[in-house]
Amino acid sequence: MTFEVGSILNIGAILAVVIGVAAMLIWVERRLLSLWQDRLGPNRVGWFGLMQVVADMVKIFNKEDWVPPFSDRFVFVLAPAIIMTVILLSFGVIPFAPGVGIADSNVGVLFVLAMASLGAYSVMLGGLSSDNKYALLGSLRAAAQMVSYEVFMGISMLGVVALTGSFDLREIVLAQADGWYVIPQFVGFVIFLIAGVAESHRLPFDIPEADQEIVAGYHTEYSGMKFGMFFVGEYLGLVLVSSLITVLFFGGWMGPGFLPPVIWFAAKAFVFICFFILLRAAIPRPRYDQLMSYGWLFLLPLSLINLLVTAFIILSSQ
Amino acid sequence: MLTLIKDTLISQVVTLWKVFLHTFAKADTVEYPDEQPHMFSRWRGRIILSRDPDGEERCVACNLCAVACPVDCIALQKAEDDAGRWCPEFFRINFSRCIMCGFCEEACPTNAIQLTPDFEMAEYERQDMVWEKENLLINGTGKYHDYNFYRVSGMKIHGKDKGEGLNEAPPVDVRSLLP
Repeated sequence: MTFEVGSILNIGAILAVVIGVAAMLIWVERRLLSLWQDRLGPNRVGWFGLMQVVADMVKIFNKEDWVPPFSDRFVFVLAPAIIMTVILLSFGVIPFAPGVGIADSNVGVLFVLAMASLGAYSVMLGGLSSDNKYALLGSLRAAAQMVSYEVFMGISMLGVVALTGSFDLREIVLAQADGWYVIPQFVGFVIFLIAGVAESHRLPFDIPEADQEIVAGYHTEYSGMKFGMFFVGEYLGLVLVSSLITVLFFGGWMGPGFLPPVIWFAAKAFVFICFFILLRAAIPRPRYDQLMSYGWLFLLPLSLINLLVTAFIILSSQ
Repeated sequence: MLTLIKDTLISQVVTLWKVFLHTFAKADTVEYPDEQPHMFSRWRGRIILSRDPDGEERCVACNLCAVACPVDCIALQKAEDDAGRWCPEFFRINFSRCIMCGFCEEACPTNAIQLTPDFEMAEYERQDMVWEKENLLINGTGKYHDYNFYRVSGMKIHGKDKGEGLNEAPPVDVRSLLP
């Protein structure tokens, strides 16, 4: 069996690593948060608390998996599966290194955006089917937030696409051999970063969940492994957004030759994961209307101007 | 627009940087079972009954602690020994109800009941949380070393008559004051 893009071995390895990393992020996030809050965090189970993940898994698998009798049972069970599925599918087009990846689609960027749009269904259906007012509020917020932040997430990616002339993520990485796109597309990078936080609804934009206002938002009624799937789905989204930033703006696997390309990719993505956790540790949650007006009135014009300027420069240099 | 940029960008970046600097700060956590926290001597923990400097029980079973207790966790019964001293026949504190408020210590007229800086009182059986006088009584004076109620009070007990207490004037025969 050969180890090339799309081989079974490749798919299996990527699936295992991605889900493993997402699970380990539970521990990473708790340790990093506590580091920045001058605490220690979980350091008892295993080496430096690494086995905390196993303990959490054992706990969550043994929890009662309760489906509320007033819920729409089929949709309720379906919703957490959607988010896991679409995010894992998004990893299908990410090029991790030369020869490592599942598919080199020539519409990779569009595929990722499409999957992100489908992810909105998960939180929306989850909240709706719960038949709980907090879940409904959370899913309303999630739908509005994800739909509106998708808009300029897409537009901010278009600058990179225009520079490369391709929707293929592997082409985008290869086009960055001369210089990372973070320099010509810095505004696009910042907008993508913010939109990425909103898309994976992590703090400070975790308004669909907003524990202090609406209990746990769209997954209020979820328990056991269904909640666990939402939870892991959130971490998978974090890994996905970090990988996308690495691919689109930071040259993917490219780096000085003393480390293998996969390690470079992982290191870059890990830096962004840490940055997202730092965002969570540092910045308080904005109000819901602030988030929306910030998106539509500030980020959308900015991303359009960015695209316009990029297009003008490309055309004038031809 | 300028204030928007200032609020949304600059202040957020400053916040991120300041929080990031906490990477190099030392954690405040005391890793308790491995590392004992410093307990202050006035910390309100496990309740004890102390003895006076002569080694006798200080408690005179006045019931003030039981009255002061907001959760009614103290129960006691007065008895009198051969010397005429009052002492508790039984003295029972239910630590599963005790909230370590220290009101009993403040109410105690003889410094008998005192709170100590010990808090490791977990038990597997609920009944083990109820402590009797034998468990509460210590062989020492606690925080107040010289105080002995019967030595300073005017109460008559065996071996000490009225007027023989410390700093106590002999009793006045009121009839001698008649005009």
